[in-house]
Amino acid sequence: MAVLLLADVNGGQLATDSVAKTLTAVAGLGEIHVLVAGQGGDAAAAEAAGLAGVSKVLFADGHDYCHGMAEATAALVVGLASSYTHICAPATAAAKNVLPRVAALLDVMVLSDVTAVIDSETFERPIYAGNAIQTVKSGDKVKVFTVRTAAFAAAGTGGAAALEKVTGATAEGLSSWVEDKVAASDRPELTSAKIVVSGGRGVGSEADFALIEALADKLGAAVGASRAAVDSGFAPNDWQVGQTGKVVAPALYVAIGISGAIQHLAGMKDSKVIVAINKDEEAPIFQIADYGLVADLFQAVPEMTQKV
Amino acid sequence: MKVLVPVKRVIDYNVKVRVKADGSGVDLANVKMSMNPFDEIAVEEAIRLKEKGVASEIVVVSIGVKQAQETLRTALAMGADRAILIEAASDVHTDIEPLAVAKLLAAVVGAEAPGLVLAGKQAIDNDMNATGQMLSALLGWSQATFASELSVAGDSATVTREVDGGLQTITVKLPAVVTVDLRLNEPRYASLPNIMKAKKKPLEEKTAADYGVDVTPRLTVVKTSEPAGRKAGVKVASVDELIAKLKDEAGVL
Ligand SMILES: Cc1cc2nc3c(=O)[nH]c(=O)nc-3n(C[C@H](O)[C@H](O)[C@H](O)COP(=O)(O)OP(=O)(O)OC[C@H]3O[C@@H](n4cnc5c(N)ncnc54)[C@H](O)[C@@H]3O)c2cc1C
Repeated sequence: MAVLLLADVNGGQLATDSVAKTLTAVAGLGEIHVLVAGQGGDAAAAEAAGLAGVSKVLFADGHDYCHGMAEATAALVVGLASSYTHICAPATAAAKNVLPRVAALLDVMVLSDVTAVIDSETFERPIYAGNAIQTVKSGDKVKVFTVRTAAFAAAGTGGAAALEKVTGATAEGLSSWVEDKVAASDRPELTSAKIVVSGGRGVGSEADFALIEALADKLGAAVGASRAAVDSGFAPNDWQVGQTGKVVAPALYVAIGISGAIQHLAGMKDSKVIVAINKDEEAPIFQIADYGLVADLFQAVPEMTQKV
Repeated sequence: MKVLVPVKRVIDYNVKVRVKADGSGVDLANVKMSMNPFDEIAVEEAIRLKEKGVASEIVVVSIGVKQAQETLRTALAMGADRAILIEAASDVHTDIEPLAVAKLLAAVVGAEAPGLVLAGKQAIDNDMNATGQMLSALLGWSQATFASELSVAGDSATVTREVDGGLQTITVKLPAVVTVDLRLNEPRYASLPNIMKAKKKPLEEKTAADYGVDVTPRLTVVKTSEPAGRKAGVKVASVDELIAKLKDEAGVL
């Protein structure tokens, strides 16, 4: 049995944390080969080769595989598939774009957001926004799945895997990349941060979201947001936490001016410690918070920023 | 250009989900069902394309139980022109897998020849986020997932996608499959006159067998369980007390 792990590469950089956590998830399934796809991915491939548990890195140095373009990347993976019993990736937007396409081309089902690998054909995954956990067994010849990384610790470094160049099919003319609008930030990555401070509709405006950011920066935290905050233009889309945003499980999650809709809880309820600051003592977020502070956020948040 | 929109009947997003005590699944008997919210956004976008003169006809398709007719009627009331119901299950608890749904949709695409398929990015029941990508693969078409902006010009579409780091813009050659995200638009409510009119719009009834597609699941559900619960903790009286608890009790600061 051998596992092909499709790595996330952004702007030539390996999304190391997501790959390292996926390595832990699939460690029991056999020899693991990591696929790094995209021109200029040399450094990413070298970094992947150094992760513990990787036995080979496959590097496809092609322009067509840049920016995670689905059609070409899926064609590449399908070309490599016959050597593998499992094809997986961290459950990022990039992999969710590609792996279902791979699965259909192989005439197998895909499993998204796997939270536990029970054995080589049995997996656990959340359904209904995490309100139920399904254990499913796949009878398909090759198992194609994405891994919800929040559930796993990151594999370490110190590996020295062999590096092999591979080539594959492309997808001439189907789609083309125009631009990426990715905000550079010195803050920790939302999905790997130890602390996340999130703001909701209660914050009221984009200008006042600075209160959330100031507390986050004081704590060295990543910034998150509810859908309502993103929809209202207070925060960018990549900050959204929830069923259809990012799933986080930090040591500390601070929810400010967030009511606690199930779709939001789906993205943060596995955090170790949850703090809620909300002026409405009946807000559902208090039902899952370890520490609740009923207060006006415009008073409590600046005070907290000053005192921590 | 004809636009095809698949719509799924799912548990309403406001309903509290209950896992059946015997672990066989989620209880869907006598709960409120609605159109998958992402599919509403797809229907809305198709209607807007028609209003702009880009789309000429909107065909909505639902695959599942007979009751999915109601979901199709909702789409017709919003403004779709015609509906196809593919009955593929008799028990409301049977979820047709994305691969089988994609195969059925590919067959419908073969018959209808749309220039664009607009689908929701995921269904809020199985949360699989797969059908659109699978359909695109089976057709050998281009795909653009997680769309928050869409514009069609000539034989291509430009799509802004919500990705992990922010936004990505790509151009896809038509015909294509585009899956839609939350911020693409805000779906309209159907007006009462339009609900009445929708009753007279054509709704064709088919079965999976009519398309020669085997919908036997590839995955066996071993069990469905409740997630580990979380209990409410304590209320603190002040910011000072909160900081003290986080430092001394929780040890996270
Ligand atoms: C298909 C679908 C997918 C969804 N996916 C997601 C998702 O991924 N993530 C997500 O978050 N949501 C998601 N939602 C939306 C979700 O249902 C809720 O609408 C949303 O989470 C509400 O955001 P909120 O808590 O910020 O706003 P609200 O529910 O409006 O809550 C605002 C809170 O702020 C408090 N407040 C107001 N003023 C103050 C103040 N001065 N001080 C302190 N507190 C104050 C209020 O008491 C209230 O509790 C989804 C919905 C659907 C239908």
